[in-house]
Amino acid sequence: MVDVAFQSNRAAAAQSGRRRVGLRNALRRKSMAAFLMTLPLILLIAILVLYPALYSLHLATLNKAMTKFVGFGNFEFLFKRDTFWLVVKQSCIFAISAVIFKALLGFIVAHFVHNVPANKQRKWRGMLLVPWVIPPAMSTLAWLWLFDPSYSAFNYTLSFFGIGPIPWTGDAMWARFSVILVNVWYGAPFFMIMYLAALKSVPDQLYEAAAIDGANWWQRIWYVTLPMMRNIIAITTLFSLIVTFANFDIVRILTAGGPLDHTHIFATWAFRVGIEGSDVPLGASVSLFMVPILAVAAIFILRDITKRGNEA
Amino acid sequence: MSSLTIDKSGPTRKVKYGSMSRDRAWALRWSYFFLVLFAIFSLTPPIYMLITSLKSSAEISAATNPWWVYHPTLSNYIELLTSNQFLRFFWNSAWVSIIVVTITMLISVPAAFALARMKFWGSATLATGVFLTYLIPDSLLFIPLFKMFAVFGDWTGIQLVNRWYVLLFIYPTLTVPFCTWIMIGYFASIPKELDEAAIIDGASWFQTLTRIFIPVALPGLIAATIFAFTVSWAQFLYPLVFTTSTDQLVLPVGIITTLIKGDVFNWGQIMTGALLGAAPPLIIYAFLMDYYIAGLTAGATKG
Repeated sequence: MVDVAFQSNRAAAAQSGRRRVGLRNALRRKSMAAFLMTLPLILLIAILVLYPALYSLHLATLNKAMTKFVGFGNFEFLFKRDTFWLVVKQSCIFAISAVIFKALLGFIVAHFVHNVPANKQRKWRGMLLVPWVIPPAMSTLAWLWLFDPSYSAFNYTLSFFGIGPIPWTGDAMWARFSVILVNVWYGAPFFMIMYLAALKSVPDQLYEAAAIDGANWWQRIWYVTLPMMRNIIAITTLFSLIVTFANFDIVRILTAGGPLDHTHIFATWAFRVGIEGSDVPLGASVSLFMVPILAVAAIFILRDITKRGNEA
Repeated sequence: MSSLTIDKSGPTRKVKYGSMSRDRAWALRWSYFFLVLFAIFSLTPPIYMLITSLKSSAEISAATNPWWVYHPTLSNYIELLTSNQFLRFFWNSAWVSIIVVTITMLISVPAAFALARMKFWGSATLATGVFLTYLIPDSLLFIPLFKMFAVFGDWTGIQLVNRWYVLLFIYPTLTVPFCTWIMIGYFASIPKELDEAAIIDGASWFQTLTRIFIPVALPGLIAATIFAFTVSWAQFLYPLVFTTSTDQLVLPVGIITTLIKGDVFNWGQIMTGALLGAAPPLIIYAFLMDYYIAGLTAGATKG
């Protein structure tokens, strides 16, 4: 019906030269309605995402009192500070090792869940996804209490094995380990769920064929499972890389960047400098350093998704 | 190596069968063993929350076995649930989450419909843009947003910073892109014949959306709603930046800033608060697990 109306309108416009009516009708019919429906979305993204993103570029070029343009002054200042390079190093260590362990753990757990009879998988999946469901700020509090130096439940348990009290959040290396551990605990279930969905989509015939050819379990994983899941592994890892790199809650609550800034990552340090230290321009400059990594990951995700869209 | 296996499998076929099923049984046992280990790892923090929440402060500071409650008491729960401050956090959180979910749905469902069905100039670009927005993390935008709202307050005299309702403007930046994205996926999977039939019968675009698309894509809608709710309930960075007065705080920030006083940690109450704060998402998850998981996997696989 739309097409018919559109045709007749165009015909009328061509005949009598009253193009405007046809144009207005066409607009009213489809584009206008579509535009109005997407207008709130466009406004939201433009005002509360795009504008702040550009605004932070502007902020990064101002001095602390935000009265003077200093160009790249903030960046030059950051490059000269040891703390900044410490934060860069720690962000990379944190994000990369956490993502690798999440991916590995998720992959292994997904395999075990997949091995279990189908009617019991639901129960296991339900239990193993709980860390992802609890708000991270709340579960990190529980971890903080598990790591507590004087009444720590972990140290209490370890003391039975003759392992001395471990300074979970007091020592730089242990604090980094703890932060990564909590992040792996929180993020691994997401990988598990994604991999499980992917595992279920691998046709059984492929495994049968591999078994007939005499492949052992390792060869089955390497030559059948991994190639079939390559796309989903790539997307999940990139997603997780973005989220982990930009993580704030876990580090903030567990160590607040301490001891001596040895667990600060970009987000927590930007908060410390920009909000707590009320040096907004410097904070904005710090958080801008996340952009390159996020952009690269985003480009790869987008490529994967459009590729899949074309295949479908 | 493969030829070797073929040689063996010929004559000893029965034995091979038996060993395969025995292998499977062992694989199953090992799977259960490791699953139990992983389940313990996953559930330790929430269970420890529960254990601690049932202890009195005296029992916690006596440093008895941390994994066991000798004198269970509900005093932490009673104290928190009768404290006006805590209830205030709870209500703030509940209001923010419910209103944000409503706003999110009102913005993202029509937009997703338009982007999935009514191809117009720039619609493909906009869909990609929505997805990219979803990838922009909160920790990138909190400083410029904070400054924006402060400047806005200076210019117009409308003070939004340090009011709980400022979160109603900010949370949709996290929820709308994702919900729009997964709704585009769900709407696009509806057969075109369905809405063509509705248009032929004389339905307007609005009627097609409310009578056809929303009922058919209801599972997707539920998944998106759950997502929007859990994100707004769990958000920590924005309320930490934007609200400071104790009567304007939402639950996660409220628990962390008011129950942790200096070096004195009242762990019994903190764990009770954390457990109560984790309860709404956990309850939703317990009842609507399949929708929850559908929303989780749809984000990366749809589209």
